[in-house]
Amino acid sequence: MSAAATQPAVQTSKRGTAVNWQSSEMLALRKKRYAADRRLQAYGMLAIFFALGFLVVLIGTLTFTGYRAFTQSMVTIDIDFSSAEINRENPMESNWRTIFRKAVIDDVGELSRSEERDYFSMFTSSAPFLIRDQIIADPSILDGRASFTVPMSDPIDQLAKGLVDTDLPENQRRVNDKQIELFNKLEAKGAISQPFNWGLFFNSDSRFPELAGLAGAISGSFWLLLVCFLISFPVGIAAAIYLEEFAPKNRFTDLIEININNLAAVPSVVFGLLGLAVFLGWFGLPRSAPLVGGMVLALMTLPTLIIVTRASLKSVPSSIKEAALGVGASKHETILHHILPLSMPTIMTGTIIGLAQALGETAPLLLIGMNAFITSPPSGVLEASTALPTQIYIWADSPERGFVARTSAAILVLLGFLVLMNSIAIFLRQRFERRW
Amino acid sequence: MLTDTAIETKLSSMTNQPSIKMRGEKVDVFYGEKQALFGVDLNVPEQQVMALIGPSGCGKSTFLRCLNRMNDTIDICKVLGNITLDGEDIYDPKIDVVELRARVGMVFQKPNPFPKSIYENIAYGPRIHGLTKSKAELDEVVESSLRKAAIWEEVKDRLQEPGTGLSGGQQQRLCIARAIAVSPEVILMDEPCSALDPIATAKVEELIDELRVNFTIVIVTHSMQQAARVSQRTAMFHLGNLVEEGPTDKMFTNPDNKLTQDYITGRFG
Ligand SMILES: Nc1ncnc2c1ncn2[C@@H]1O[C@H](COP(=O)(O)OP(=O)(O)OP(=O)(O)O)[C@@H](O)[C@H]1O
Ligand SMILES: [Mg+2]
Repeated sequence: MSAAATQPAVQTSKRGTAVNWQSSEMLALRKKRYAADRRLQAYGMLAIFFALGFLVVLIGTLTFTGYRAFTQSMVTIDIDFSSAEINRENPMESNWRTIFRKAVIDDVGELSRSEERDYFSMFTSSAPFLIRDQIIADPSILDGRASFTVPMSDPIDQLAKGLVDTDLPENQRRVNDKQIELFNKLEAKGAISQPFNWGLFFNSDSRFPELAGLAGAISGSFWLLLVCFLISFPVGIAAAIYLEEFAPKNRFTDLIEININNLAAVPSVVFGLLGLAVFLGWFGLPRSAPLVGGMVLALMTLPTLIIVTRASLKSVPSSIKEAALGVGASKHETILHHILPLSMPTIMTGTIIGLAQALGETAPLLLIGMNAFITSPPSGVLEASTALPTQIYIWADSPERGFVARTSAAILVLLGFLVLMNSIAIFLRQRFERRW
Repeated sequence: MLTDTAIETKLSSMTNQPSIKMRGEKVDVFYGEKQALFGVDLNVPEQQVMALIGPSGCGKSTFLRCLNRMNDTIDICKVLGNITLDGEDIYDPKIDVVELRARVGMVFQKPNPFPKSIYENIAYGPRIHGLTKSKAELDEVVESSLRKAAIWEEVKDRLQEPGTGLSGGQQQRLCIARAIAVSPEVILMDEPCSALDPIATAKVEELIDELRVNFTIVIVTHSMQQAARVSQRTAMFHLGNLVEEGPTDKMFTNPDNKLTQDYITGRFG
């Protein structure tokens, strides 16, 4: 460096002469180039912050509105069956409404007619049936006293979670003064609890928020994805293998290729219309069935899967293919023994990501009627059911206060499944994918 | 043609020359519009090593890959003319390519073991061709192939480890063993030593010399010394033409063609 400094300044523009790297123009130019590097880095970081910020806001608001749905206010009632009027021959036939009402009245003492009505509406309307079902499951309960924990109705659940402004005039809130008084009484007795809301996962849909859960939607989505996978995985791989390894390169296969790429960009609602017209209209398959939904989602997933599979088949180096052919492997042996196994991790990753996309797809399912109100989980692919995204759609449309939190909670559950699937995909990629 | 072969056979028996294993006649190869070989006539003698030399891009690999129809994998590649193996046209539509490639094995420029165990690498060929009846027999084939390829001692304790975990030179010998395991009649080698250090190269060359006893070998090489060391006959290519072909001694001492002389002495290439 010092040697360079002692040398006379040289012309940099003339060819053949030495370049003076230390001249002020050179220094300024380099400085500018470094500044450009830093700017590019800064833009990138800004973009990341922007994206992350949105994600944080999204998850944050969902969690903020949704976390309350993960607990449910319950009340514990003691029933003395020795004094209750029960049809012991056939407990089903007993008047469970009366038995339940008597038991809860015992907790608070005498009430007027209208107060009684207010009081009973504080419990979920199906409380008597919940108790009945427990007894049918285990008749030995009938021998003495037993306590049952049943959900409070939605307005009281809101009250228990502190969401009811008690300072408002009585006619502007859904919980009246008497109900608040009765609630405080029950709470003082220690009858109120706020356990984890398992019902959110194990109950099916219901008109009453306190009873509504995602079991139907989760199993519906499961059947959907199963059908979607069983169709799109083999068909996608077979199509990709044909196009990549067998198809002659001509106009016709070019056309197929272009169309597959176009198909991947077709809006999902169009696939829904197709399903409606073809699967329901022509084939007469049942409405709202996971079979139909799965077929529609498979059509949507196929192009993506074919593209991913082709890319991964192509990424297997030709040297492996030549090695196999070189020892006399036939075409199918080369593909099935070498190329396909080597591309499987990428194909699996692509499949899982495709299925994750299918899991969140709503529009086509709405078109084939998977947003019906269905109160039991489907036990097969032909039974009417909802799916997670359509369940969210239904709940978001419901007027009851309790569905607001439940909608957010359902979105969080859906996101949870998506994160899980994507993590599996990432795990597979990191664990098995080769870099050539 | 038949008479040609007959005369050839007679001649070779008279002069004690080996017979012709593979014969190329007027071989033209096109990659799309571009012609890569122009009417190449070249015979590969049996149980000898034939070296193909010539400057980069002159069509050595192209010719080599014609001999086991590896060019079929390139869509745009078209081969004209006549290539025979033991007098049978290998481009006849009725020919069984799987059988051809089993009889004419190949070792590539870059070692390309399967990403499977060393054992699997060798066992794969015999297994798909149904060459062995039992596991013991297969084990035997694996061992003898690895022995012939002079790599048995190095890998016998790690047969279940991936073949891709070996060093470059070991991988190349593994690939040679893989080719041998199918008991081919001809082995084609495309610059088998270009990725190897001098020691590994020496080993592979030694190996080629030993293999000559049982196999017919065609080797592409950029090393004149290597061609001189391992081959009995040498063919010189230039711009898609076969310039000259003859016994290696003669080619290196007294070539007929000026181009060959210039190339061998390093004046171009
Ligand atoms: N797959 C291909 N597609 C198009 N042209 C090709 C292809 N392979 C080879 N060629 C062309 O054919 C000619 C001969 O190539 P080839 O690979 O046979 O040369 P080579 O003698 O093996 O050269 P090198 O010594 O560099 O390996 C070259 O001009 C090359 O550009
Ligand atoms: Mg080459």
